[in-house]
Amino acid sequence: MEQEELKNRLSELKDELIDIEQTADNRIFLLCEASNAYGVARFLFEELSLRFVIVTGIDADDCFEMLYHFSNDQTGCMVTVKAFIRDRETPSIESVTPFVRGAEWIEREIHDVLGINFENHPDLRRLILFDDWPEGVYPLRKDVKK
Amino acid sequence: MSVKIWALKKSVWVFHVNTGACNNCDIEIVNMLTPKYDVERFGIKLVGSPRHADALLVTGVGTEQAAIRLREVYRQTPKPCAVFLVGACACGTGIFKGGYHVAGPVDEIIREVDPDAIIAYVPGCPPKPEAMISGVVKVLSAI
Amino acid sequence: MKKTLHKPILAVGPFHPLQEEMEFFQLTVDGETVTDIDVRISYNHRGIEKLSETLQFDQIPFLVSRICGICSASHPLAYIQAVEEIAGVAVPERARYVRTIINELERIHSHLLWVGLGGHFIGYDTVFMWAWKYREPVLDLLEEITGNRNNYGNVRVGGCREDIPDEMVPKILKELDKVEKKTDMLTKAVLDDPVLHARLKGVGILSKNDAVSFAVTGPTARGSGVAIDVRRDDPYAAYGDLDWNVISQTEGDVFAKAVVRLLETFESIKMVREALKELPKGPIAVEVREIPPGEGCGHAEAPRGETFHYIRSDGGNRPTRHKVRAPSYVNVPSFKASCIGQHVADVTLTLAAVDPCYSCTERLAVVDGHSAVIHDYEALLQMSREKTARIKKEIGAPEFKLEDI
Repeated sequence: MEQEELKNRLSELKDELIDIEQTADNRIFLLCEASNAYGVARFLFEELSLRFVIVTGIDADDCFEMLYHFSNDQTGCMVTVKAFIRDRETPSIESVTPFVRGAEWIEREIHDVLGINFENHPDLRRLILFDDWPEGVYPLRKDVKK
Repeated sequence: MSVKIWALKKSVWVFHVNTGACNNCDIEIVNMLTPKYDVERFGIKLVGSPRHADALLVTGVGTEQAAIRLREVYRQTPKPCAVFLVGACACGTGIFKGGYHVAGPVDEIIREVDPDAIIAYVPGCPPKPEAMISGVVKVLSAI
Repeated sequence: MKKTLHKPILAVGPFHPLQEEMEFFQLTVDGETVTDIDVRISYNHRGIEKLSETLQFDQIPFLVSRICGICSASHPLAYIQAVEEIAGVAVPERARYVRTIINELERIHSHLLWVGLGGHFIGYDTVFMWAWKYREPVLDLLEEITGNRNNYGNVRVGGCREDIPDEMVPKILKELDKVEKKTDMLTKAVLDDPVLHARLKGVGILSKNDAVSFAVTGPTARGSGVAIDVRRDDPYAAYGDLDWNVISQTEGDVFAKAVVRLLETFESIKMVREALKELPKGPIAVEVREIPPGEGCGHAEAPRGETFHYIRSDGGNRPTRHKVRAPSYVNVPSFKASCIGQHVADVTLTLAAVDPCYSCTERLAVVDGHSAVIHDYEALLQMSREKTARIKKEIGAPEFKLEDI
């Protein structure tokens, strides 16, 4: 898909987004609330056939940010869905694993290191922390010191 | 010289333990077996079980998950055995010092099991195969 | 009374006598066929993303090059590109070419390494010894350029640390000729071998749909007909200026992945040659004093696939978030699609085909109710060799006799 066509298709999403930012020619950020992230990601993956790259989980002090990175391999354009999880006490977002099987590990990892709950994830067991790691301690949160 | 030490010095069979390395040291260890270095001509051989080994080649920082397995592998190795810590990570956790998942340094993990363990350090990131061979020769001539 | 059926589980790992990381696989088997597969990682988790937040921007390349020893040129490059995107730095021409040359030399020795290991896993140790012998000159070249056989640490924000001296160019070209000749010989020997055809074709097939769903990258994707390559799709360094082809195959089996890697080695040799010929004059780095607040994505094509780095900066000396995605992170989980339905003897090879080489064949225990049978590394190798012998018989390959020598 060419860049112009991609931008046109992305504008279909504007009801679900807070904003669209473009930081460089081929870097597009789509800002949305956590509740819309599933729908936006699914649109990118299934309708636009973008390649799923990875999810980045960030502890941004007042909220958690989930960044779903997608890549349009025809133009090399990276499209990132930036979803804000405002609830810091019981952070939760819908899992994308049911339609991108490649997201299974990264969601398990974010569950380990940031304590985000992924709804409808098929298998949210521990992935990368060691067996005796204490429950309820999340190493990538800003309040954890070591 | 006891007969056990005498036997240890001939045809050293080694078991390779990765405790969270970046593969570099591991690849260089395998490199020692390939035609350019070919340590098998000295009878040095990688074996598949610590129970057959005379020496352990330990690479990596010693992550929390690996530390338990490292202790178990050391217990299973027939004594006397020599432990070679290969690479900067194994010698003192290197650039990963202070990580939340790091239990190392590896020598402390092994000394918890056996305070008198024979431990040799081969620093480098990764050490060249020549350095590893030289390390083995030095330790075997010292004990 | 309801009868429960105990499915035998094969435990593989976590230590392997020959190769690389610790991994713990559990294969559920029905007879010799694998019906499910699960993995426990964590043995190698060093908390690099957290550590990175404590280091300064110019220290991080040394940390990220130690994520994976054999992708130690592509990780720093992806990171540097993310930082350069935030800072808006234009890299000097010569630095772009030097980066390309280092990355392609890395790809040559990495692909040869994989071919060797692939040979070893099916008991064809001649290939192993050959391939590893022929990658040595490449390591020597890298040592001469950067000062280290691996972990080159040759990129920095704004350019490169070490230049390729002009007087070294003829030497590199000469060595490349030798490597090309040997690789050519190896490739012909491997691709003409009827036993290898019989042993590798149709094994561990990853279909195109699965490749898309698991979002795999690199030779794993290109072997399954998904012709993606960051070097072409989002050109970085000097790849946009060079003439080269993306190799892809449609079969998705181990043989296709081997073909992709072997042919890519030639493309890499071609690229290094061309880059050396057109190596521009000039400085190899520009000074970068400050990283402004912002966020950047960088990706590079490592030998195993796309390496992705995401950086967020608040204008200070250190990143506030640094996310790393190594290619194996998406390639390894695809074993759920490629291993199920395979024979146990093929699983090590299939797992190795994505090139994480986690084939922890050494401590295999079949746990079946109360009885336990232990298959050690030797037994598994034996199983693999027996299959090779069986196939050899089926295709009527000539029997090897001592008296013929």
